[in-house]
Amino acid sequence: MAAGSAISVAGLRVRRGGKPVLHDLSFEVPRGRITGLLGPSGCGKSTLMRAIVGVQIVEAGRVDVLGEPAGSPPLRRLVSYVTQAPSVYGDLSVRENLEFFARVLGEPAHRVEEVIETVSLGEHVDQPVGNLSGGQRSRVSLGTALLGEPQLLVLDEPTVGLDPVLRRELWETFAKIAAGGATLLVSSHVMDEADHCDELLLMRDGRLLAIETPVSLRERTGKQGLEEAFLALIEEAGAA
Amino acid sequence: MSPRIALAVARRVLRQLQRDPRTIALVLVVPPVLLTLLKYAFDQDPSAFQQVGGPLVGLFPFITMFLVTSITMLRERTSGTLERLMSMPLAKLDLLFGYAIAFAALATVQAAIATAVAFGLLDLHVAGSTVVVGLLAVGNAVLGMSLGLFVSAFARTEFQAVQFMPAFVFPQLLLCGLFVPRDQMAPALEAISYALPLTYAFDALQRVTVDGSLGTAGIVDVVVTIGVTLAALALGAVTLRRRTA
Repeated sequence: MAAGSAISVAGLRVRRGGKPVLHDLSFEVPRGRITGLLGPSGCGKSTLMRAIVGVQIVEAGRVDVLGEPAGSPPLRRLVSYVTQAPSVYGDLSVRENLEFFARVLGEPAHRVEEVIETVSLGEHVDQPVGNLSGGQRSRVSLGTALLGEPQLLVLDEPTVGLDPVLRRELWETFAKIAAGGATLLVSSHVMDEADHCDELLLMRDGRLLAIETPVSLRERTGKQGLEEAFLALIEEAGAA
Repeated sequence: MSPRIALAVARRVLRQLQRDPRTIALVLVVPPVLLTLLKYAFDQDPSAFQQVGGPLVGLFPFITMFLVTSITMLRERTSGTLERLMSMPLAKLDLLFGYAIAFAALATVQAAIATAVAFGLLDLHVAGSTVVVGLLAVGNAVLGMSLGLFVSAFARTEFQAVQFMPAFVFPQLLLCGLFVPRDQMAPALEAISYALPLTYAFDALQRVTVDGSLGTAGIVDVVVTIGVTLAALALGAVTLRRRTA
């Protein structure tokens, strides 16, 4: 494993429902950066994230996170995971949800207020989460992941369905968290979001197409738009 | 294991119940209503009510908690919150004990109301202490809860979870000796009844309500019931997976 890697994956293979979903993936994710995991829906992004968090049964290969095997007990305090579908209690209010997860983590009460601020839910703190819009619900889910000062945040499509202003705010929040030394792995199927990332992991059909910075991706493919660059990569892979 | 986390879970489960006053009302009101129905159904035969009323007070919490817990746990599984909790620094037993504390608290209120109505208003008499009947009722609630937690792992939808009630609970009610003394059943059924936890729960209740005290056999019943509760909790912990396919 390269020194300083937040995530180190070697020969990872995963099957779900009898079908191979990830084919022999190997890569490193640097610490303290925002790494974007991009690719079309169904390409295996969520499964890869689950393997990194350690909730996925893997067929073969090795996944190390912060120097420990993925999912090992010391990592449960250091790694936060936000699933695509918001995993929060719909019958509890925003504050009650955050308070519960804060108590589980042994976090002080003022962290709850800070997180409410960070995810801009101040107006809705006392509303049941089930009555909120989809975007608001996913922000509650994101908020719970920010409790406990994690060193690695694994966020599965956190900006889906958010309005552009809020999306930009969230990316600014992510940048702040990364500046504080934490590593973020953020998935998206929207290529526009790639520009917010320091590093990109491009996936298709359970395989890794490329791992590089947005700048080098543009240079190498000669395309300005990242969407076009991605298409160029697919063609290149097809030709090879 | 952390009491802090178990208490946080218990608080959260109680808070969720609080958000659902209709369920609380049903849990608390249905047993006294059914006992009242029973009393007047046996209008011409008051001794029959005296005979089954006491044990029933102790068995209602088992039935309700089985159902309420299996559905609550199923929701925890399907909403993704269980997976989130499993990725956090939380021991599986913290979660299960949290549930146990919350539902035991609800069962205590339920048992208190059912005993107050039965012994205070419906003129039900038992040979032994009504407090012991109440305590056994709470114990049976925890038994029902732990079995409910365990079977919730085998249900994928709330429809299935509800159907586990007739599938798991009714046979136990039929064979525990409440309707027919066990020694009058077909020998095969009597043999099966020894393997069912509710048989022991009912036997303990009957000893208190008819004989007047638990006695040695009743204490054995209580020990068996506690053993089954712990075993079901342990099996429930096994069904909580940190890694899934």
